Amino acid sequence: MTDTAEWERPIPALDGVSKTYWEAGARGELLFQQCPACGNRQLYPRAMCTACGETPEWVRASGRGTVHTFTVIRQNYGRPFRDELPYVVAIVELEEGPRLMTNVTGIAVEDVRIGLPVQVYFELAAEGVGVPFFHPA
Amino acid sequence: MPADRTPVIAGIGLSDYPKAPDLDGVQHHVLAMQRALADCGVKKSDIDGYVGAGGSGVMIDDPVTMAEYLRIDHRYIDSTMTGGSSFEFHVQHAAAAIKDGICDTVLITYGSDQLSRMGRTLGTGGFHRTGQRVGGPIQYEAPYGNSLVGAYAMVAQRHMHEFGTTSEQLAEIAVGVREFAGLNPNAMYRDPITVDDVVSSRLIADPLHKLDCCVISDGGGAIIMTTAERARDLAKPPAYVLGAAGAQTHWNISQMPDYTQSAAAICGPIAFDRARLAPGDVDTIQFYDSFTVSVLMLLEGLGFCGKGEGGSFVADGHLRRGGDLPMNTDGGGLSSCHPGMRGIFLLIESVRQLRGDAGTAQVPDARIALACGSGGWLSCIGAVILGKEHP
Repeated sequence: MTDTAEWERPIPALDGVSKTYWEAGARGELLFQQCPACGNRQLYPRAMCTACGETPEWVRASGRGTVHTFTVIRQNYGRPFRDELPYVVAIVELEEGPRLMTNVTGIAVEDVRIGLPVQVYFELAAEGVGVPFFHPA
Repeated sequence: MPADRTPVIAGIGLSDYPKAPDLDGVQHHVLAMQRALADCGVKKSDIDGYVGAGGSGVMIDDPVTMAEYLRIDHRYIDSTMTGGSSFEFHVQHAAAAIKDGICDTVLITYGSDQLSRMGRTLGTGGFHRTGQRVGGPIQYEAPYGNSLVGAYAMVAQRHMHEFGTTSEQLAEIAVGVREFAGLNPNAMYRDPITVDDVVSSRLIADPLHKLDCCVISDGGGAIIMTTAERARDLAKPPAYVLGAAGAQTHWNISQMPDYTQSAAAICGPIAFDRARLAPGDVDTIQFYDSFTVSVLMLLEGLGFCGKGEGGSFVADGHLRRGGDLPMNTDGGGLSSCHPGMRGIFLLIESVRQLRGDAGTAQVPDARIALACGSGGWLSCIGAVILGKEHP
């Protein structure tokens, strides 16, 4: 996990629900939500189940998933991203089902494919804010 | 006999584009309104409904501010903001309000000085400042440096993966739209391009190249809607609103339920059902071509071809000049005009076609036109079917 002094990206603002998610990340744990009423699993985390409206519970994910789709960003004028081009933005589908946006690192951008097995790791954006990234499993 | 309250588009107006350095965003709204009033002969004092989405960028042009600035004493206002498709939603809502007698004459305006004031960086970053705290659902995306282009690119990537769609097929869309831009003296880019030009232009976000992306321009548009009864006394033949519908599947791209299907698959059948028409009845389409892949998604969603068949459909030339479904006859967002939210221009060009006023880009005997807008990240899709004849 990197030191927060190195973090120049936007930082998630903690709210009533996201606080739990980012704080778990700071401990190296990836969470998703599951509905005790209907079993629906979801990310991003919300105050209610998107399927039935009940209050969901937190579940720890294995951290394993696959690339569902992705792009290689080759133009971005915003700092610090413009200094990191090219890089991969991906939608990763966790083996438990929910999907999230992330970056896939530790692999040449030309070699990323849909279906690539990946594993989560975290970087610390700020105190109590651990952001999930993925590298090839 | 009761008055004929069938909703119509009676007047249309465009401000100056693609570059108008002397106009600010509000002035684009105003110039477009003045031209729409002159187009159909409606007096400003006749307007009793105002609709806008705001969003011009630097200027304050939210609908209540604009209703005050334009001094519209309205009894109907709609500020629906679904991104670039807002205006298709506006027509759907205004048509219902007119039909229901809530108001008689609705003005819809849009204006943006995006190119002159903000330059060409939109779509490729700079949404958030370094170290900025970001709240709401976008907090789950902002740390990863995605771009607007990147969102659409992920849709294209998945479509290619599932259906074997190629960059060359997507390029056909840009080539066809450019051919029409060559007929529009105001279009930003008019020189013909080839499939090879598109696929050899630099990648912005794989698999989308520079020429898969729309232009960034200034521009504005205005539409005046009223009843068929009122339109009989006006200067131009009306375009009848035959069917309109809108739907949403997500807002942020990480929440798109199926990366190869948009809400066009929901609202398209509703709009066709209301119009009692089918895709085969449509003579020309004006589709939101923010990116080449956007067109592919709308074609499949609305049922002009089967899911996954969009690539071969566009490669067969249906959308080209002389094809059986000419698209974006004004040069589209890909080559002519895209000031940030293009939806109003789709409606205006549809009306020009139905009036027979499209000059060298005229589709012969155009009787049914379909305008389909896409807002956000293929999030909110609005479809409006317009007809030359009274339904």
